[in-house]
Amino acid sequence: MAVRPRFHVAVFLAPAVLVYTAVMIFPLFNTLRLSLYARGGTGPVFAGLENFRTLFGDPHWSAAFWNALGNNVWFFVIHMAVQNPIGIGLAAILSHPRLRFATFYRSAIFIPTILSFVIVGFAWKLILSPIWGIAPSMLDAVGLKSLYAPWLGKEDYALTTLALISVWQFVGIPMMLIYAALLAIPEGVLEAGEIDGITGWAAFWRIKLPLVLPSIGIISILTFVGNFNAFDLIYAAQGALAGPDFSTDILGTFLYRTFFGFQLQLGDPHMGAAIATAMFAIILAGVCLYLFLIQTRLRRYQF
Amino acid sequence: MNRARTSRLNTVAAHAALLAWTAIALFPVFVILVNSFKTRRAIFAEPLSLPSEATFSMVGYRTVMAQGDFLLYFQNSLIVTVGSLTFILLFGAMAAFALSEYRFRGNMLMGLYLALGIMIPIRIGTVAILQMMVATGLVNTLTALILVYTAQGLPLAVFILSEFMRQVSDDLKNAGRIDGMNEYAIFLRLVLPLVRPAMATVAVFNMIPIWNDLWFPLILAPGEATKTLTLGSQVFIGQFVTDWNAVLSALSLAILPVLVLYVLFSRQLIRGITSGAVK
Repeated sequence: MAVRPRFHVAVFLAPAVLVYTAVMIFPLFNTLRLSLYARGGTGPVFAGLENFRTLFGDPHWSAAFWNALGNNVWFFVIHMAVQNPIGIGLAAILSHPRLRFATFYRSAIFIPTILSFVIVGFAWKLILSPIWGIAPSMLDAVGLKSLYAPWLGKEDYALTTLALISVWQFVGIPMMLIYAALLAIPEGVLEAGEIDGITGWAAFWRIKLPLVLPSIGIISILTFVGNFNAFDLIYAAQGALAGPDFSTDILGTFLYRTFFGFQLQLGDPHMGAAIATAMFAIILAGVCLYLFLIQTRLRRYQF
Repeated sequence: MNRARTSRLNTVAAHAALLAWTAIALFPVFVILVNSFKTRRAIFAEPLSLPSEATFSMVGYRTVMAQGDFLLYFQNSLIVTVGSLTFILLFGAMAAFALSEYRFRGNMLMGLYLALGIMIPIRIGTVAILQMMVATGLVNTLTALILVYTAQGLPLAVFILSEFMRQVSDDLKNAGRIDGMNEYAIFLRLVLPLVRPAMATVAVFNMIPIWNDLWFPLILAPGEATKTLTLGSQVFIGQFVTDWNAVLSALSLAILPVLVLYVLFSRQLIRGITSGAVK
């Protein structure tokens, strides 16, 4: 029955499209535009690519930018190298059909994911603090006290420590998604493998893992986007200065400091917009790479 | 025999691994909660033991209650979260219905346009968002936060809900039309009740990130009257760094509401994730 869709379609679409356009899409492009302006005496003046010349050309700015980007890449690498394997491992164990208490484990392991960065940042800061001494005394109990260092306060370790804290917090997400993907594999496929003598570890590596690759791809791109606009954890644990000595500075904290100013430097919305534009370019590049190169090559199986 | 033994060994190993990670996951929460009920001396002397009669103390909670406006913060967070969820669900469902039900020119394009926001984080536009909120006088209002979170949540909501709405049978809707229902009534009375599970999934997915966000409260609504619980506890803890009782109590108070929400909705959340709503 062909209802002539006219007026009511607009009514249904209008609120979502209006809010989304006004609060998300328009500011996004406006931010890109603002990066081409600079503060003048009476108001913003068009400056072309001047802000980007400063960002990449000025030794101070470019050093800060590359430091933040480098740290961000390392942050992402740690997530990919630690969070995903642990998540896959936990999911593989959980998906065992006759495992008892699976619901309990699943719910408990997901708890850190629901906590705010403020809680997570401070809680770990307290636990790792040399003043409170929980971490050193626990290491002492297993005879490893010599390994202890005030990790969050050392330039060499702080970023890795924060990345691992973030891994601790978010490991629940890959675990859940992979778990769901593993449960979706039909019994028949695994039984066919069993008949061919593929069981246990071999079944995991040669049947299950290839079948959940698309999920791993989705997790990777979610992690990528999440990491490259991360801010809260670093801010909560180390403050806007991302100490010690900017060793934990990532693009999000760099943007925040530039935009709002800190200590003696005044905030500059146009330089902030330039950094946001760079972040946009990085995230867009990552998403496109995923959509056009990785997702199209991953084979999806329909059961 | 041999086979049975290895399988039992596997089970033990599986439980050991899961228990170990569960302990790692819960340990910080446990330490914070337990120590928030202890005297300062006991916090440092035996951080890992439960509070006993001698070490029990609520002094931290008293400081928090006296110093911080936690009830107000909590109320702000609640208003922002519930308000945003309402708009995400209502506007998202309406748009999803339009996209899944009607064929009109630009339908595909509109769907793609709305889906853009799934991958591009709204934070990138912060500079211009703040400018806009300053220009419209919405800085330091909860409305600003509700608007931002609604815009942030809509893309995924439209995407998930339109997937589900495509599965609602056409016969049902056409029967409604023959009975003289108009399109609004079909949406409200036939389709919405049928996609309730999907709505719940969308709500649970959005609830926690909104409640926990620090970035937008910090930038758009840092005023005392509009602080959310996340920002409020961040500021409070920053000021009371050396008062361990107060810090631990503030952390516990911040953990509590999320934990309650999680206990209430974990089934929904986990079902949402595992049913493949985000594929």
